[in-house]
Amino acid sequence: MWIKIFKRTLLTIIISSLCFTSNLFSNEIIVSEKSPIKSINHAIQIAEAGDKIFIKSGYYAEGNIIVDKQITIIGTDDPVIDGKDDGEIFTVTADNVQISGLVIKNSGTSYLKENAGIRLEEVSNCRISNNKFVNNFFAIYLAKSSSCEISNNYIVGVKKRESNSGNGIHLWYCRDVSINNNTILNHRDGIYFEFVRNGRIRNNYSEGNLRYGLHFMFSDSCEYRENTFENNGAGVAVMYTKNVLMEKNYFRHNWGTASYGILLKDISDSKISFNQFEENTVGIFIEGCSRILVQKNDFRKNGWAIKLMANSMGNIFNENNFIANSFDVSTNSKQNFNTFEKNYWSSYSGYDLNKDGYGDVPFRPVTMFSMIVEKQPTSLILLNGLFIKLLDVAESIIPALTPEALTDSKPRMRMINEKSDF
Amino acid sequence: MKLMNKILRYEIHNTIRNKWVIIYAFFFFFVGYALFAFSGDVNKAYISLMNIVLIIIPIVSLIFGSIYLYNSREFVEMMLSQPIDRKSLFLGIYFGTTIPLSLSWAAGIFIPYLLFAKNYQQFDGLIMLIIIGTALSFVFTAIAFLISIRQDDKAKGLGFSLMIWLLLAVIYDGLILLVVYFFEDYPLEKVMIGLSITNPIDLARIIFLIKFNISALMGYTGAVFQNFFGSMLGIFISIFFLLIWIVVPIFLSTKSFSKKDF
Repeated sequence: MWIKIFKRTLLTIIISSLCFTSNLFSNEIIVSEKSPIKSINHAIQIAEAGDKIFIKSGYYAEGNIIVDKQITIIGTDDPVIDGKDDGEIFTVTADNVQISGLVIKNSGTSYLKENAGIRLEEVSNCRISNNKFVNNFFAIYLAKSSSCEISNNYIVGVKKRESNSGNGIHLWYCRDVSINNNTILNHRDGIYFEFVRNGRIRNNYSEGNLRYGLHFMFSDSCEYRENTFENNGAGVAVMYTKNVLMEKNYFRHNWGTASYGILLKDISDSKISFNQFEENTVGIFIEGCSRILVQKNDFRKNGWAIKLMANSMGNIFNENNFIANSFDVSTNSKQNFNTFEKNYWSSYSGYDLNKDGYGDVPFRPVTMFSMIVEKQPTSLILLNGLFIKLLDVAESIIPALTPEALTDSKPRMRMINEKSDF
Repeated sequence: MKLMNKILRYEIHNTIRNKWVIIYAFFFFFVGYALFAFSGDVNKAYISLMNIVLIIIPIVSLIFGSIYLYNSREFVEMMLSQPIDRKSLFLGIYFGTTIPLSLSWAAGIFIPYLLFAKNYQQFDGLIMLIIIGTALSFVFTAIAFLISIRQDDKAKGLGFSLMIWLLLAVIYDGLILLVVYFFEDYPLEKVMIGLSITNPIDLARIIFLIKFNISALMGYTGAVFQNFFGSMLGIFISIFFLLIWIVVPIFLSTKSFSKKDF
């Protein structure tokens, strides 16, 4: 209590002193239950471009707040902005707006409008940081905006059904947006991109979302680094996109009948490297993709490490670790136009006579059983049975059903260690 | 009943000192030790153990059961020269073999778990493994006894035991695969549940797969299986079928034993 009061007085002293010194450049408006300005809408009304609005700790339910001036809104001591489950909370229509330090709650669920905690509409250079979003339909929504930054937000939704739950961070027609250090839980899609160019997504944590942890379509030249996607209904989906870079992400426990670490559909000229895939039903599902480089990733304990559909061509799988997956690679054709080389396979049992670190016998990652399962999913109940093991051994000696061209001609004898080899 | 208890106690004493039973316990002890101590993940150890249990326990129970009964033929004949109830004698021998056999492998797994498993997590998995393994021991010893009562020729009897093992552990799965291929246009989920429930090894394997949520890999079929085996009804039906696999061979062999001219 004392500390809080001390903090408050200190802040007011600092702020008032700042007011005197910086009066020439910008005004500072304080919104609080005790100050003359009690509502945020009022503060925005009297503010001019370049002003700062400080919102003190308290509870504000003002319906839709439209920010149409180039201002900075800063919350101190977690002021709560409640949308009362009705409509949108902040709508930003001016450039250079910064919003931070707020707790934004309860934007209304709607089947007609995409009500958001904060919506950025046709703006640029905005910054949304250090906010907390609780139980919103959509949390942050960017439409036709550019050069914005979304960082350090904590976004938590209430899991409902896919139809009445919105996305955590939603981008539509945006350019040059960076999304850093956010935590997104229990929304429909954690992060959603549609028609985005040059997005940079870094160090976010997306868990427990109903559909995808990250979902992007028609979004060229985007970068995803060091994110964690855990326990999402269907993992991560990437569709109809070129030039994607995915690096050092962690895909964990996306486990369910329709879950994927990453689902790639119609992707080309992209790079997926240094990622970790652990305990996903399918590590990477690849359909209709070309010229993707999958390099130096770790696949551990997945149902299928890679499901490669036959309409994919010219993809390269290099120097990955495949450890203890139920199936390493499965495909649906006897043809193969992709390259596997220098990977480590924990199920490889060959030898290395010339001691160059690579096995002398090529490895066939596609087992007979995986081909059978691809045709007859029901037969998966025979998994771990002795009969299936015998079949696989027989097939690995004389391939009849499995694609002959799909081999790793230089399988590594030892696991690739991230620290020393990467 | 009193007689059966007496024979049971004697048989347990006798079997537990059998060197093969001791070796059997040590085998599981070392496997369990290797898996619990060196694989960081207990779940992974369970899955590996399950693979071993599903292959080793049926075949050891079959071979050990039939050899044991052949070897105690003189003992049986000697006992039968006394005025005693044949049924009690037979059941005494059956339980006297199965209980030590189950105890030896269960102890072989339980001790390394206590000593080496980190944090004693996933205890329910261990209990399940032990229950399933014990059920398999009871089933296959019963089958072995049935074979050796009906077949006096030792070599033929052992051959039969091996055949039964091969049939249930390997060929049966091949037949399931054939069914899947021939009837691929039909919805096979219920047929599959039926087929897999009638084979004790498959039943054990699937219960375990579902327990460790590997059914997620199976898509629609997995969901159907999950629903069935996850429900009370499914559990009762599974237990019922395992019991049938124990009771029917015992019933048949007790009948043959009572009538047999030694």
